[in-house]
Amino acid sequence: MKNEPSPEAWAEMHRRMVLTRRLEETLGEMFRSGKTRGPIHRCDGQEAVGVGACGALGQEDYVATTHRGHHVYIGKGLDPRRVVAEIFGRATGYCGGRGGHMLIGDASTGVIGGNAIVGAGIPAAAGMALSIKIRGENRVAMTVFGDGAAQTGICHEAMNMAGLWKLPVIFVLENNRFGLTVPQDRQSATGDLAARAAGYGMPGEVVDGNDLVAVFRAVASAADRARRGEGPTLIEARTYRVEGFSTSDMGGYQDPDEVAEWRARDPIRLSASALAPLIGAEEVAAIEAAAREEMERAFQQALADPMPDFAFHAPSSPYAEAH
Amino acid sequence: MPTMRYAEALNAALREEMARDEAVFVFGEDVGTYGGVFKVTKGLMEEFEGRVLDTPISEQALTAMAVSAAMTGTRPVLEIMYADFMPLTLDALINQASVFSYVWEGQVEMPFVLRTQGGGGVGTGAQHAKSLDGLVAQVPGLKVVAPVTPADAKGLLKAAIRDPGPVIFLEHKLLYNTRGDVPDGDETTEIGRARTVREGTDVSIFATSRMVLEAEKAAEALAAEGVFAEVIDLRTLRPLDLGAVVGSISRTHHAVVVNEGWGFCGYAAELSATVMDHAFDQLDAPVMRVAIPDMPIPYSEPLETQVIPDAGRIAAAARRALA
Ligand SMILES: Cc1ncc(C[n+]2csc(CCOP(=O)(O)OP(=O)(O)O)c2C)c(N)n1
Repeated sequence: MKNEPSPEAWAEMHRRMVLTRRLEETLGEMFRSGKTRGPIHRCDGQEAVGVGACGALGQEDYVATTHRGHHVYIGKGLDPRRVVAEIFGRATGYCGGRGGHMLIGDASTGVIGGNAIVGAGIPAAAGMALSIKIRGENRVAMTVFGDGAAQTGICHEAMNMAGLWKLPVIFVLENNRFGLTVPQDRQSATGDLAARAAGYGMPGEVVDGNDLVAVFRAVASAADRARRGEGPTLIEARTYRVEGFSTSDMGGYQDPDEVAEWRARDPIRLSASALAPLIGAEEVAAIEAAAREEMERAFQQALADPMPDFAFHAPSSPYAEAH
Repeated sequence: MPTMRYAEALNAALREEMARDEAVFVFGEDVGTYGGVFKVTKGLMEEFEGRVLDTPISEQALTAMAVSAAMTGTRPVLEIMYADFMPLTLDALINQASVFSYVWEGQVEMPFVLRTQGGGGVGTGAQHAKSLDGLVAQVPGLKVVAPVTPADAKGLLKAAIRDPGPVIFLEHKLLYNTRGDVPDGDETTEIGRARTVREGTDVSIFATSRMVLEAEKAAEALAAEGVFAEVIDLRTLRPLDLGAVVGSISRTHHAVVVNEGWGFCGYAAELSATVMDHAFDQLDAPVMRVAIPDMPIPYSEPLETQVIPDAGRIAAAARRALA
């Protein structure tokens, strides 16, 4: 099939999903023992969206993500150690501790970047696509954003211009069914978010967000379309947030049966069983074990790294000393 | 007098005002079923059917709708989850509410309250830790209040809801769990009145919101050195209680202004200019400003703590004023 990942590419994406899962689980454990600072937004169970989507892009392509972007960071190939270091405010983190987990940026891999203002990544990607078009480059821009973000005014404005100007941008709507605690059907007048694409003159497609390869294929063909100059695509990846909104979530608004159903459709297990016939079950198991080990090493190294020194990060304005 | 947490005091004010006046309704993100991310609206949805609305993530439209709903016979109380999202509300405040309340003066009232919370210190990062008091306090036609005690949280919220014009109600994320005595019954705190927290003779410290608590600690430290600081909680940022400000300076002849927003062009800047305008003859030293330096609020703990004003910096400013 066209836009099918090679077995090697698939194996690499599988590895990145496991890296992400281990990152999230370890963060959960560390939160419970009081070792994290500030809220953490986990993406367990949604790995296939960020990893599959980024897997279909090249290093040169841009991506803007959200407060829940760990799968995008890892999916785009960021170094786990420096991601963990940033989450723990270390000097060796991607932002030297300035950003924290919601705001990781790495221009060298096109990750610009995390964003904790809901909706802000959508026009950000459209603007990157405008720049690509004006400069005549062969790149694409992508944004991964939530069903909550899809209800913002800025989403409408950005999608309209992207459609109007046929910008090389891919809108990956990660529908995990909740915006913070409010279920999607109490935030949106329609349950069919992909259908909105028609109003912006672009194709809209629904994919299974727990199916790594389905996400990969959809994004790969949207990227082809964008590179051909045919404009944007809206991909609604349907998934489910099986963990709380963040570590500060007090719960009580999710149906436990529904959570259990989605947990049973674990994207890593689904990918593993489809990948095994291609590369062998032992190879899959070896990849998973190595990924878990790599993430554990990343934590050990990052947590031993130094904290930043304020003098290096202080403002340089004439008023600095007045405070 | 019962003691209550700040969040409970706000909840009580909302409940009492909703019971008192059917025109009052509450809306905002996660305020309904979940009871608000800081639990300020807990239980209201069940108690006041149809008058508590969970909304999509749509700050710009929500604020504009609060303005027009207020012009047409209701008293909306809108929750904007973080003060960092206030930039999204500004068109409705600056170009709509402010303008209409002036040009249509007498024809329409605009009794809405926009509640939000700001402040840093707990690792929420550059997009979830700001206080943007100066941004709203600049706008003609808006009233801006910022209670620090549970009693004032309740009293000022009740007064704000009854006020005929728009009131921006600034809470602080580190205050929700603080406790204090709250008068029973229908007590309101008059908008536009400062509160003397501690009397002193040597230097006046004017502070807002949580900075009042830091100013009190600074005054303790200064007292041990034989310096007697007067601490004034402004409570209302606009309209400013000029009488209280000038009165205090005419006794102490030294002034320190403290606000958790940016220093440059911020609320502390305005306050210091206002003091200069009205009490220059009374001053023996320049007004000292304690505020956030010229930079976004960094995530990592050793960086963030250097940026948020604290008792140490306030005391140092007082010493500079007296040097
Ligand atoms: C402009 C803005 N409004 C509100 C918030 C608070 N907030 C953070 S995440 C969130 C829900 C986002 O839902 P969604 O876009 O579906 O992403 P998810 O958390 O489900 O990944 C809200 C309301 C914010 N960060 N920015």
